[in-house]
Amino acid sequence: MEKKVILQTKKIGKYFYQPVKFKALDDVSFKVFESEFITMVGKSGSGKSTLLYILSTMDTDYEGELFIGDEKITGQKPNYLAAIRNKNIGFVFQFHYLLPEFTCLKNVMIPALKLGKFSPQEIEEQAYQKLDLLGIKNQALKQASKLSGGQQQRVAIARALINHPKIIMCDEPTGNLDSKNTSIVLETFHQLSKEFGQTIIAVTHDNDFAKASNRIIELADGKLIHTT
Amino acid sequence: MKLNVNSEIALTHLLTRKRQTMIAAMGVTVGIGIFIFMISLVVGFNNYSDEALFKAEPHLRIYQDDTLSRPLIKQIKPDYTTVIINPKIANLSNTLVNPEKIIADLKKQDDIVTVTPQVSVNIFYNNGISQINGEASGVNILEANDMFNIESTMLAGDVRNLLSTSNGILIGVGIAEKLNIQLHDNINITSSIGVVKMMKVEGIFKTSNSNIDLTKSYINLAISQQLMKKSSSYLTDILVNIEDPNDAPKFSKQLQNSTIYKVEDWQAANEQSMSNKKTRQVMFGSISLAILLVAAFGIYNIINMTIKEKLNDIAILKATGFSGKDVINIFLKESLIMGIIGTSFGLLMAAGLIKFVSGIYIGGDREYFPIGYESPIFFIGAILGVLITLGAGYIPAIGAAKIDPIEIFRK
Repeated sequence: MEKKVILQTKKIGKYFYQPVKFKALDDVSFKVFESEFITMVGKSGSGKSTLLYILSTMDTDYEGELFIGDEKITGQKPNYLAAIRNKNIGFVFQFHYLLPEFTCLKNVMIPALKLGKFSPQEIEEQAYQKLDLLGIKNQALKQASKLSGGQQQRVAIARALINHPKIIMCDEPTGNLDSKNTSIVLETFHQLSKEFGQTIIAVTHDNDFAKASNRIIELADGKLIHTT
Repeated sequence: MKLNVNSEIALTHLLTRKRQTMIAAMGVTVGIGIFIFMISLVVGFNNYSDEALFKAEPHLRIYQDDTLSRPLIKQIKPDYTTVIINPKIANLSNTLVNPEKIIADLKKQDDIVTVTPQVSVNIFYNNGISQINGEASGVNILEANDMFNIESTMLAGDVRNLLSTSNGILIGVGIAEKLNIQLHDNINITSSIGVVKMMKVEGIFKTSNSNIDLTKSYINLAISQQLMKKSSSYLTDILVNIEDPNDAPKFSKQLQNSTIYKVEDWQAANEQSMSNKKTRQVMFGSISLAILLVAAFGIYNIINMTIKEKLNDIAILKATGFSGKDVINIFLKESLIMGIIGTSFGLLMAAGLIKFVSGIYIGGDREYFPIGYESPIFFIGAILGVLITLGAGYIPAIGAAKIDPIEIFRK
């Protein structure tokens, strides 16, 4: 069965101008299919995070073209991109980045409240489901800043899932987690791609984590050198 | 009420930093409080001085102005023989011709409240050998009372007694003291053309102006005409009061077009006090605006600090789909809430200050400090307070909207 392309890049290039002009990405073209679990690996400075930020639509200063689904993303207005991110992309960052004054539940709910597709009651229910899925339902009403690192990371994943995005992007999702939490995250990702058909693109330098994924994209000096 | 997500975030930010929120709001409170209080002071004082003025002066005065004699032969061209003349005041009389018609015409107009004729006579007040010169106003006492509220300035006697006593006179307290005259005493007055009359003091008044108290008196119109040896059609002034004294210049222009006599509004007659009034307004206005600006900087600072502290949060909000507009919206809401809280307390503070100051005894005919609650000032203060805090929040909010989340995540 031919798989549906969910994300596609065409000859993406990116320059940095500080401190000197430097080509961070060079002619990067690849396709990502629906319900794939992809990891991007490479040495520090290989451009993998830079590429992720371009894929995430937050970085708009690049050459080449980016498609999500059938839609061309390159050249769209910032407010429209924000709406696309809200609806189609979930994020998990290395340093979990929760809003510290809010409860875990609120943190998970906020992107959905922004989307406004469901009523606050329904959203709350969904948020509980997601927290349950990640095994931290009992922490829901605690302030985000009071949780341990691993727990915060799981809240961040729950938040990434709340709008049922087609794509979940992760920057070093297990970067500062112990092996136990790492395996929980890994398991969750597999579950998401298999059971919910969601696509996962994760940047990592953890080889074990990468090996556990469906496909590895390797970058070196801004060039795509290897895809499995 | 269900809050939308932006309001919820704004509210959480404010509630988790109650102290900072309260300090910023307090800045606005002081700013708005002082602003309203100062403007109320100025308005109260202006009203008071206008009121004092209108006890002696009408809004408009129509009178025969002095005209100068003109050469009999006009100088046609510059190089023709020049006729040398010695210009002199050419009025035969300073009476107004057919004043009844002017008065009747004026009374027909809508905005005119009171119209009353007057004869001004320069006189000497005599008692034994002491003598004071001054000015008697021959008036229709009831109309004059409507206009100047003479009643409110009376120390002794009653203005209405002038109706029953044709040779009655109301004198200023200064005259009474200098001539040692009491109520119901007789007083001898001599007009500028030498007519002497014995008058009966039916009232003594005290205005806020001691100079007026020392010169002015009110007598019946008929007596004043007799003092000038004129007929009952002799009138020197027509005094007019209108609904809103501030419209006087407009009215005087309009009336001037329909009469040959001079029409003078009170503003033109009191240029000095008008310029004083303007100076006061500018002075107090700029001081209170400066205070408001300082309060605005307080808000600006707090919002700016919040944004600096919340760079990560802003980045994460943007990454999860909040647009620049949403970010501006969140921070504007925060400053709006602080502004509304601050302004509300500011209104209360102004009301308290006004209440306090209005109880201060200052003596004179006003007795207590001339200040009152002026609802338009409170209204303007409230609007200004909210607008300025919104402005102060908007500037840093734009900066926050421009934050690039990638730069934050890369750190």
